Amino acid sequence: MITEFLKSREAILLAALVALILLVETRFAGFAAPSNMVDVFNDTSILIILALGQMAVILTKCIDLSLASNLALTGMVVATINAAAPGVPVAALILLAIALGMVLGAFNGILVWKLDIPPIVVTLGTLTIYRGIIFLISEGAWINAHEMSAAFKAFPRAEFLTLPVLSWIALAIIALFVVLIGRTGLGRAFYAVGGNPHAAVYTGISVGFTRFAAFVIAGGLAGLCGYLWVSRYAVAYVDVAGGFELDVVAACVIGGISIAGGIGTVGGAVLGALFLGVIKNALPVAGISPFWQLAISGAAIIIAVAFNARSERTKGRVILKSAEHAT
Amino acid sequence: MQLQSNAVTSDAQAVPVLELRGISKGFPGVKALDDVSLSLYPGQVTALIGENGAGKSTLVKVLTGIYRPDGGTIMVDGAETRFQTATDASDAGVTAIHQETVLFDELSVAENIFLGHAPRSRFGLMDWPRMRRDSRRILDRIGARIDPDVMLRDLGIASKHLVAIARALSVDARVVVMDEPTASLSQTEIEELYELVERLKAEGKAILFISHKFDEVFRIADRYTVFRDGQMVGAGLLADTSEDKLVELMVGRAMDQIFPDRTPELGDEVLRVDGYCHPTEFDDIGFGLRRGEILGFYGLVGAGRSEFMQALFGVTTPSAGTITLDGERIAVGSPADAIRKGIVYVPEDRGKQGAITALPIFQNVTLPSLGRISSRGFLQMAEEFRLARKYTERLDLRAAALDQNVGNLSGGNQQKVVIAKWLATMPKVIILDEPTKGIDVGSKAAVHEFMAELAAEGLSVIMVSSEIPEILGMSDRVIVMREGRIAARLDRAELSPERLVRAAAGIEEAA
Repeated sequence: MITEFLKSREAILLAALVALILLVETRFAGFAAPSNMVDVFNDTSILIILALGQMAVILTKCIDLSLASNLALTGMVVATINAAAPGVPVAALILLAIALGMVLGAFNGILVWKLDIPPIVVTLGTLTIYRGIIFLISEGAWINAHEMSAAFKAFPRAEFLTLPVLSWIALAIIALFVVLIGRTGLGRAFYAVGGNPHAAVYTGISVGFTRFAAFVIAGGLAGLCGYLWVSRYAVAYVDVAGGFELDVVAACVIGGISIAGGIGTVGGAVLGALFLGVIKNALPVAGISPFWQLAISGAAIIIAVAFNARSERTKGRVILKSAEHAT
Repeated sequence: MQLQSNAVTSDAQAVPVLELRGISKGFPGVKALDDVSLSLYPGQVTALIGENGAGKSTLVKVLTGIYRPDGGTIMVDGAETRFQTATDASDAGVTAIHQETVLFDELSVAENIFLGHAPRSRFGLMDWPRMRRDSRRILDRIGARIDPDVMLRDLGIASKHLVAIARALSVDARVVVMDEPTASLSQTEIEELYELVERLKAEGKAILFISHKFDEVFRIADRYTVFRDGQMVGAGLLADTSEDKLVELMVGRAMDQIFPDRTPELGDEVLRVDGYCHPTEFDDIGFGLRRGEILGFYGLVGAGRSEFMQALFGVTTPSAGTITLDGERIAVGSPADAIRKGIVYVPEDRGKQGAITALPIFQNVTLPSLGRISSRGFLQMAEEFRLARKYTERLDLRAAALDQNVGNLSGGNQQKVVIAKWLATMPKVIILDEPTKGIDVGSKAAVHEFMAELAAEGLSVIMVSSEIPEILGMSDRVIVMREGRIAARLDRAELSPERLVRAAAGIEEAA
């Protein structure tokens, strides 16, 4: 069991993550200290949650590029409500954010399922549409910290057993995903649909519905993150989390989630997000120029993809042999 | 076995353009070609005849340089050559027109004809005027009235075939391989193709014509070569032979495979299908299936057997027809529906439709039965392993561990995983589509043995197979399909290889 783990992609990624942290430590003493690690995890929480949602979608051989726009739109909606009616309890706003996110995800899912439009096209469209709706709601205006209620802003920062609530939510979502992916029929269906859609059909799994479900889950998480983002940073505007959808995809790719579908683990997605989070957090404090930060993030993605392609190739060869058999 | 080959060489003084001598090609567990020889003469049409899986497609791939043979020699104009790549073959003047034409829909006819060897202007750019001119000349030569500037996607299948032929001629081919060219053509298009073949003959091309249809073989070919199980079993001039003799060569006499000895005890009718129709794929399919029965479905590839089975399983929707299961009229709306009601389908193409290779064995086996191993929506791992172990052990699956990925298993073991998966759903009717295609002899026997066991336990089996020995050895009753319709229903007592081939090919019964 242990030797198997040591050979797995997750172990290598974990080793790379530790190496990266130690490397930063040499430039910036105290980076690897537990308290700072907690901060890094907290900063990466939203990325982790979104990466898990994206993972569900990618497992089914789809992709959701609208997650960051979904986040920004739900964030703007709950911030607007909070500004207009500070009396609405935060719990209700969180539930509303999740529900709205699920609706936005369901819209993607329906288009993919019922109209059979390629997911990249659908979500490229909704990426722009959802951003556009934010503009319609806010008319381009910002909602700033002083317009938000104290409770609205305090919730993700509140500390509970030494960790901020934001981190606890990320941990809860991770736990939820371990169960969803490993222990439910839907989780199994994600892998089946992405691994071999034809075979999944013959197994009685509805490929379209499974993809729809993945989009709804990812949307719900994006909605949750919408609240978390605007309350944590205490600001909501049109361009919140602009371009963040690519970070989410990158986290998945670094974490070994195969873009071709059907391959990937919860641990991989989390480590991928943390890896990216460490780079994004550490490089500025270590005094590395913004240009190199981008280049290093980019290099990490390419190395991860090249590595994954290598490890998947052996499998391909075996399949080919059986295909030759058949002729 | 090369009975008439001496007579052949003496009447044709010409040197063969292309000659294969003792060619062998094997894949793990399967010998696709075993010491076969073939000669193609200029200005003559040689028909290549054989059952599905006789090795015809492999031969085409050897001829066109896609496969390298394990042994034997290829002679071009009497000189030994090697086809290392597809380019070598095309340089030697060998070109193939495939069953599904390999052309590009989004390019123009002229571009398709000259792709890869387009005429260049002085500056190395495409010489468009010359390309158009040459395309028109070639198309005229084959009597095709097609505008070279039209996009390929706007043409019908027959015209696409003509473009493929024009492309073949544009590289100055001397050997033209036609792999079942008439399979998708209408009668008038077929006539036009025959005329074209005559024209190519007159130009001195050597033509290898692969076909299942005896009438067209006798109509246009000069010579024949018959393959069976990867071996050449006969060759000669068509003038010296008859349909009966060819059928005999194709099916052979030897039954070297051993099939389980079974005395079926047939129960009540489990499944009854009436008037199943599909707008394009099959028409008026009806039959009954009894408990413990193995019903064989025979036919040529493309006869509509798999398409019908897919409709029966709810993958596609039929336009008319009813299913009665255990005396009750049922509607099958989706595969999940079919599985729930007790009908399962083990598809033909393991790689594409059967196993999910990135998932471990146990997860593949339990995939359609997840409801049964869940409690309050959560999968019970212990239960899951128990179910997987039970059915893989029953199939005698040899794998190191149940959490091994299916992608790492051999073809035979993958097939066992797929069958185990379906048995775990405890079906009433199991449809096996080409259950032993592409697996080695040992695994084949195990699958047959197992099929017999299942039937003896009261499961009803529908077996789609293109292998005559398998159909003869396993079926209690056989339905032969041809062009989407039932061509014959044969009881075990009436079964013979000749009857099957005749019904599938549409040849009248010999008096």
